[in-house]
Amino acid sequence: MIDLERVSFARPTGLVLREVSFSIPEGETVALVGRSGAGKSTILKLLIRLLEPDEGRVLIDRRDTRDWDPFTLRRRTGYVLQDVGLFPHMSVAANIESIPALDGWTRERKRARVVEMLRLVGLDAGEFAQRWPDELSGGQRQRVGVARALAADPPVLLMDEPFGALDPITRAELHAEFRRIQATVRKTVLIVTHDMREAFALADRVGVLDAGELAAYDTPSAVQACSHPVVRRLLAAMELA
Amino acid sequence: MSALLAFWRSHASELGALVAQHVALVAVSTLVAVAVGVPVGILAARYRRVGAPLSAIANIVQTIPSLALFGFLLPLPFVGGVGARTAVTALILYALLPVIRTTSAGLRSIDGAILDAADAMGMTPRQRLTRVELPLALPAIVAGVRVATVVGVGTVTIAAAIGAGGLGEYIYRGLSMVDATVILAGAIPAAALALAADALLLLAERQLSARRRAKRASRAIALALVTLVLAGAALLAAIPHRERIVVGSKNFTEQVLLGELLAQAIERYAGVPVDRRLNLGGTFICDRALRTGDIDAYVEYSGTALTAVFKQPVERRPERVLDTVRRMYADAGVTALRPLGFDNTFAILVRGRDARARGLSRLSQLAAATRDWRAAFGYEFLERADGYPGLAAAYGLRFRDPPRVMDLTLIYRALAQGEVDVIAGDATAGLIDALDLVALEDDRRYFPPYDAVPLVHRATLLRYPQLRAALERLAGRIDAASMRRMNNAVDGERRDPAAVAREFLDALDRGV
Repeated sequence: MIDLERVSFARPTGLVLREVSFSIPEGETVALVGRSGAGKSTILKLLIRLLEPDEGRVLIDRRDTRDWDPFTLRRRTGYVLQDVGLFPHMSVAANIESIPALDGWTRERKRARVVEMLRLVGLDAGEFAQRWPDELSGGQRQRVGVARALAADPPVLLMDEPFGALDPITRAELHAEFRRIQATVRKTVLIVTHDMREAFALADRVGVLDAGELAAYDTPSAVQACSHPVVRRLLAAMELA
Repeated sequence: MSALLAFWRSHASELGALVAQHVALVAVSTLVAVAVGVPVGILAARYRRVGAPLSAIANIVQTIPSLALFGFLLPLPFVGGVGARTAVTALILYALLPVIRTTSAGLRSIDGAILDAADAMGMTPRQRLTRVELPLALPAIVAGVRVATVVGVGTVTIAAAIGAGGLGEYIYRGLSMVDATVILAGAIPAAALALAADALLLLAERQLSARRRAKRASRAIALALVTLVLAGAALLAAIPHRERIVVGSKNFTEQVLLGELLAQAIERYAGVPVDRRLNLGGTFICDRALRTGDIDAYVEYSGTALTAVFKQPVERRPERVLDTVRRMYADAGVTALRPLGFDNTFAILVRGRDARARGLSRLSQLAAATRDWRAAFGYEFLERADGYPGLAAAYGLRFRDPPRVMDLTLIYRALAQGEVDVIAGDATAGLIDALDLVALEDDRRYFPPYDAVPLVHRATLLRYPQLRAALERLAGRIDAASMRRMNNAVDGERRDPAAVAREFLDALDRGV
């Protein structure tokens, strides 16, 4: 359950977000689309209180992020980064265990969770649990990143350009995998991407960000029909691709 | 080579102790440097404003030559003084820079995405540091420790000059005996130690960085820690128990012999065990050590005490010199015993060949001959009120170039081999006869007397009532000829100073 209420955020170099408002109901998947620098990643950071809004409110479960303990908030929010950010000095299993370890899970519980998570993201636990990140392909790494983000069973999952660095075939595969996983776990998901096609493929609702303002926020079909010039341009770029 | 092996074989237990001391000094100082340097490196990586001045300071310390650093540290309380403490302090200062620098560089080089991931998953700053940043920076930190250790192994050899022990003892002993075998006996194991430490830590570094496997990392660290702890224990075992008298000496042959004579006389006649801190360095270091209680006794020369220690004007009457010196030492809590018998005055030396060719025998003849000659003096002689400046004035000496500064251990050979033409040496130097050198007569009586006087800390004399009588047995018994003979036995015949001193005392006991 995520709500942004007229959120503005500025950096010394200028305004990044201007009065952005939207809500994500529980269990729904939303994709935020926009060009680089449109303010997409800033929204993700606001949601886990790595940043705080200058104006307006960010609510998680109807509670202002400024009232959350930031570490608790972050541990109950899964986060998949663009560059995955797997810890290179830890095995796949240890990576997946990192948030449960912070929460003080027992060893047996952690071990069982690793097997469960690897099965969820379609990797064989016997083969992959003890591997090292540098022994994985890009797609496998992304799957482990998702497994790590979901390991502590967070209600919310944030994904920052999760499939950006992958080849088209792997990306299509992972899109299908994502839909399968989301059908199982039913998290509240926010995906940030610059690819309109990806947004339509994955999301229940699509938001279009342009220069810090929300140009559109609606179902995929409604966005496709939207007349906002920025939305039209993004749609045209999608047709060209 | 066979001489070297024979030396090691005959000094096996001493060699073992010196290697243990050497390793322990490096290990202890490296441990402390890591304990201090890693947190400072973390701070420096976090806050540039802290980091920049800290690395500037560490950089400056790194550029101070080690002998100079030892000199600065000697007079300081707690960290200074003669012995292992000063050495460890200096080594820590040297080791800090590489540790700080690699820690902060290792932390800064971590991929931003990894740190973002750690933050986003809700790690506190402390958890991020211990679970992610330090493990990832570990190979870099180990590289810094490696540099620090190798530098440390080298620097410890110099620390022998201030009585810290270690393999440098052989190097200094060899230099003062002009014996390459003894120098190599210390230099080769020191180099081997440096190479071994380098190889071991390089292995650890490779293990850590090749595949950052947590288990292997912790095993390598455990191994390194065990090694360091063992070495630390060795140092503790090597720390002398203080129910012993400590005898010091300056760093040339005659002083080492006199130190041995004092030490053996104490052991023989007073029955108290003695620690030898021979080869300590110059007058300044020995005087400091005596006054701070780091050593209990050493032999000083009356003229040196008057002018170099107490900065008094030069005085040429021996009794007046002795009286003044005795009174001033008494004010400092030091007792000057009766002189040993010989007067080790400075001797201005030239090659026998030149003296015969030019008919030189007196200092007053030197001025005419010296216009195109080259002179070399020990640094003390150049500085002292009773040294070169006064001598040049008294005899009107002028040389082609300013006199060169040369170590006392090398100066006789430099003269004999024709590198220089005039030197100032000791009148009792054994090498004078051995190298066919000639001492010019001080016909204008410029040099003050230099009677050899045993100095003992008064508190030590009170604690060991039998000590004074034991040392007074040497009073007036060592004449210049005996001293020159003993010096030559060590310098010329390459004999062990301890054995030469023992023979002399044996002869004394037999009443010869």
